[in-house]
Amino acid sequence: MTDAPQDRSQPPRSNTRVVGWCLGGVVGMFAFGFAMVPLYDVFCEITGINGKTGGRYESTVAAERDENRTVQVQFLAQNGPDMPWTFRPVTRSVEVHPGEPVTINYFAQNPTDRAMVAQAVPSLSPSEGTLYFHKTECFCFNQQPLEPGESVEMPLIFIVDKDLPEHITKLTLSYTLYDQDVSPAVSSNSRVRKTTNDNG
Amino acid sequence: MRVHAKRAGALLGGLLFPAWSMADWTLNMAPGVTGTSNEIFSLHMTILWICVAIGVVVFGVMFWSIFAHRKSQGAKPANFHENTLVEILWTIIPFVILVVMAIPATATLVDMYDTTESDVDIKVTGYQWRWKYDYIEEDFGYFSNMSTSRDEIYNRTAKSENYLLDVDNPMVVPVGAKVRLLLTANDVIHSWWVPAFGVKKDAIPGFINETWTRVDEPGIYRGQCTELCGKDHGFMPVVVKAVPQEEYDQWVAEQREAAERERELTEKDWTLEELMVRGEKAYASACAACHQADGSGAPPAFPALKGSQIVLEDMEAHLDVVVNGVSGTAMQAFGEQLNEVDLAAVITYERNAWGNDTGEMITPKEVFEYKNQE
Amino acid sequence: MSAVADTHAQDHHHHGPAKGFSRWLLTTNHKDIGSMYLIFSFAMFLLGGTMAMVIRAELFQPGLQIVEPEFFNQMTTMHGLIMVFGAVMPAFVGLANWMLPLMIGAPDMALPRMNNWSFWLLPCAFLILVSTLFMEGGAPNFGWTFYAPLSTTYGPPSTTFFIFAVHIMGISSIMGAINVIATILNLRAPGMTLMKMPLFVWTWLITAFLLIAVMPVLAGVVTMMLMDINFGTSFFDASGGGDPVLFQHVFWFFGHPEVYIMILPAFGAVSHIIPAFSRKPLFGYASMVYAVGAIALLSFVVWAHHMFTVGIPIAGQLFFMYATMLIAVPTGVKVFNWVATMFRGALSFETPMLFAVAFVILFTIGGFSGLMLAIAPADFQYHDTYFVVAHFHYVLVPGAIFGIFASAYFWLPKWTGHMYDETLAKTHFWLSFIGMNLAFFPMHFLGLAGMPRRIPDYALQFADFNMVSSVGAFMFGATQLLFLLIVVKCVKGGEKASAKPWDGAEGLEWTVPSPAPYHTFSTPPEVK
Repeated sequence: MTDAPQDRSQPPRSNTRVVGWCLGGVVGMFAFGFAMVPLYDVFCEITGINGKTGGRYESTVAAERDENRTVQVQFLAQNGPDMPWTFRPVTRSVEVHPGEPVTINYFAQNPTDRAMVAQAVPSLSPSEGTLYFHKTECFCFNQQPLEPGESVEMPLIFIVDKDLPEHITKLTLSYTLYDQDVSPAVSSNSRVRKTTNDNG
Repeated sequence: MRVHAKRAGALLGGLLFPAWSMADWTLNMAPGVTGTSNEIFSLHMTILWICVAIGVVVFGVMFWSIFAHRKSQGAKPANFHENTLVEILWTIIPFVILVVMAIPATATLVDMYDTTESDVDIKVTGYQWRWKYDYIEEDFGYFSNMSTSRDEIYNRTAKSENYLLDVDNPMVVPVGAKVRLLLTANDVIHSWWVPAFGVKKDAIPGFINETWTRVDEPGIYRGQCTELCGKDHGFMPVVVKAVPQEEYDQWVAEQREAAERERELTEKDWTLEELMVRGEKAYASACAACHQADGSGAPPAFPALKGSQIVLEDMEAHLDVVVNGVSGTAMQAFGEQLNEVDLAAVITYERNAWGNDTGEMITPKEVFEYKNQE
Repeated sequence: MSAVADTHAQDHHHHGPAKGFSRWLLTTNHKDIGSMYLIFSFAMFLLGGTMAMVIRAELFQPGLQIVEPEFFNQMTTMHGLIMVFGAVMPAFVGLANWMLPLMIGAPDMALPRMNNWSFWLLPCAFLILVSTLFMEGGAPNFGWTFYAPLSTTYGPPSTTFFIFAVHIMGISSIMGAINVIATILNLRAPGMTLMKMPLFVWTWLITAFLLIAVMPVLAGVVTMMLMDINFGTSFFDASGGGDPVLFQHVFWFFGHPEVYIMILPAFGAVSHIIPAFSRKPLFGYASMVYAVGAIALLSFVVWAHHMFTVGIPIAGQLFFMYATMLIAVPTGVKVFNWVATMFRGALSFETPMLFAVAFVILFTIGGFSGLMLAIAPADFQYHDTYFVVAHFHYVLVPGAIFGIFASAYFWLPKWTGHMYDETLAKTHFWLSFIGMNLAFFPMHFLGLAGMPRRIPDYALQFADFNMVSSVGAFMFGATQLLFLLIVVKCVKGGEKASAKPWDGAEGLEWTVPSPAPYHTFSTPPEVK
């Protein structure tokens, strides 16, 4: 145990430095773990891979209609867990020309006896089409409050990009409606709610 | 070869364990009934045989060494410890094999991803622990629950042939048509798998996934949920019935009619007895998993319904619990999972079964009005 | 560097260890800490194994007989977590503690006090983890991969404790890894250049870098879960704009390198044992080192092969398929090297060699099924079935665990100064070998026939192979008690071991007497 550094053939090296480098790596990788969240979002936004359609689309050029072909756009709706609203598309599907703005409506009704706030989360399939589906107006940009018994028709205006790859002939847009009153409660009230896996 | 392997396996099994001579010693993947599943099967066999061939060579050399180069046999060790040529060769050759393997795999994958030009579109939604099938173009949909009884699972009665793989309402698809499946989930991630189709896709809450299949042979095909989704993950089978086009068309017409009739049913005058009969069935498929067939529940997570205050007294509260669920607990909102008739039947059943003799009933119409109350 | 080591040495006045419990609690001696790691990991191995026995007992026959599905899920989850983090990883850290300083001619680990701390964190972490079994709502029940939202929104109340336990074991692993890196980089004997290092040292160095790279990512992902559960964020919750698939990406970015963390040190150990009992130098030392490096690097770009069915677009699917297939090349090189080492040697089959040969054969079979799983279209059929269960048990049981057994038998004479009972050890090997194959080989058939994993009950056509598998599992499980007996016997006495009990063995560890004195290499040896 009396080894002095000069006993070693290698030049003396400091543990502090090695530990420092390693800790740097640890902190960096921990940060990288979190950085994967925004990186993934950016990656998805560029490639559209997870089917999350983007925010409001602002076009600078006047939309140009592609008369030569039509694309079928289907609309789906489902409720998130424990969401009692009636939620459905008014129109099940439309044939659109790429480039033209189209308006359709979703119907929502709050059948309960309490005022509720909902948030619709969009998802598009095939995900390859995500980049070519632009929403200029969508109820999913905002939360939707409804009084007890109240119903509403919620508009969606979209344009299918005329650059949509030829082999895509059908797009399916799906909305899942989540109860936003529950969500915060999920967290504050999580002790109880989280048992659903065991028993619910 | 498959037959031989099977026979060899059966023979070996029969010799080792005579009692199991009835056994179903399936050793290999089945080719399935779709183009995709057949392509996958041939990929599977190719890669398997490549592995077997490599294994024979490598283990052959190894066993030869073990056999011939034993110290106890007087073997003298050589002293070589590298050979550049050999080392380069056994890096390159596996690489080439892999490239050869990657080509058909890529082709199959591209084919599996081609969901265009579908004839039927079905939305598949995973719930804890059931599937829901919505025929998008046809405007109807239904839940598909496992129909194996708790008695079979707990070994109280003999197990039926399709133990754990039977459902009340299977998905129905036409033979020869391209069926596009859109998958999502309500609560946690599920995964929809039918081995005979070579189709497996995750159903992810809030997101929609798609895949497709074209079934060539009529029949009933069974699969299971393959993503751990909680307590009853093992009890949410997938059953698909492939029928000829005409039969399918007829079935669709019936379903649409049934959906219409269901709406009318809510207007019919129901008696307590009728509701009890229907309620028992609905209770068994929707409630018994947690609250138990005899209403005893499993407190504290699942309260007993037998003798429960809510069930015996406050009808309004009972209705609210069943329709809207109880947020913060395991009780789901059944308002959208069951139709009005079943809701009324279940509530009536709960209020009159297992000694809960309230004599009270609620009609589907009342449920309908409750759900739509202003 | 030596300041720490010096103080530590003075504490013990250059004599033997302190007496009593405080010896173990306060020790900074690499051999003591190594022993504690090994004992702890064996205890965890038995605990995790007991859970496997519960699982196999329930699956012995169709129907629910012994446990309810909730508890079954807790068993599969805890079995996985305990085996990965409690048994395999600490066992390798224990081997590293014992052997690295002996192999590189160092007096101790570079950071002895941190070494002590990183060990004692482990029992704390597992005390917390195991205590969740007794909490209301039960232990974690979402599988060792704890996919959101099953583990977040739908997780049991004990999830927070699970997260805390993962944090602590993560810190312990990271500290262990830093220690290994500092030891290897700073304390090598004069003349021992990097390319002269024994392979076990090389594989551990690379493993340590992998640990530093991915354990923080695991810590990150469980922290995100913690925030989703308790602080209202929505990393993985679609209703708040999050994405459950993101969880899987982050998890498997950790998870795939983690797989190699559990196997690389075994590669290293086997690369000592096979030459020793072949009485012939290791074939292709340099290519072994490069292969391990290549495997480690590739492990960072293959994670999504665990997620082929989540709906990744085709370009991603193809990339991850090709990258995964590529791993077969360096892995193949390693296997070929081991076989070439045996070729034209003078082989003898003492227990370490038996385990090492079984390691090569069975790990290769696990590698073959891994190659099959890499073929993305075929993976759609294999994914989440018993085929996958068979695959990873083939790489982990005869891979990691046989590697550990081989190392233990190889170095037991050095640790205890006695030879173990060869007859009992060979019995242990053969029963383990047969039991393991009986337990896991039929799982390939079950998976191909369509049995999903993580189910407490199954359809009737799966009944027969499940019964075979359970019988094999019970056999394998019971056999491990024999190992305990062998080790206890060997510690207590037996034939005296010479400094180098294996005539073909090479390395500095065989230059010190057996048992290795409490302090070794106070004066560094000269390596030529």
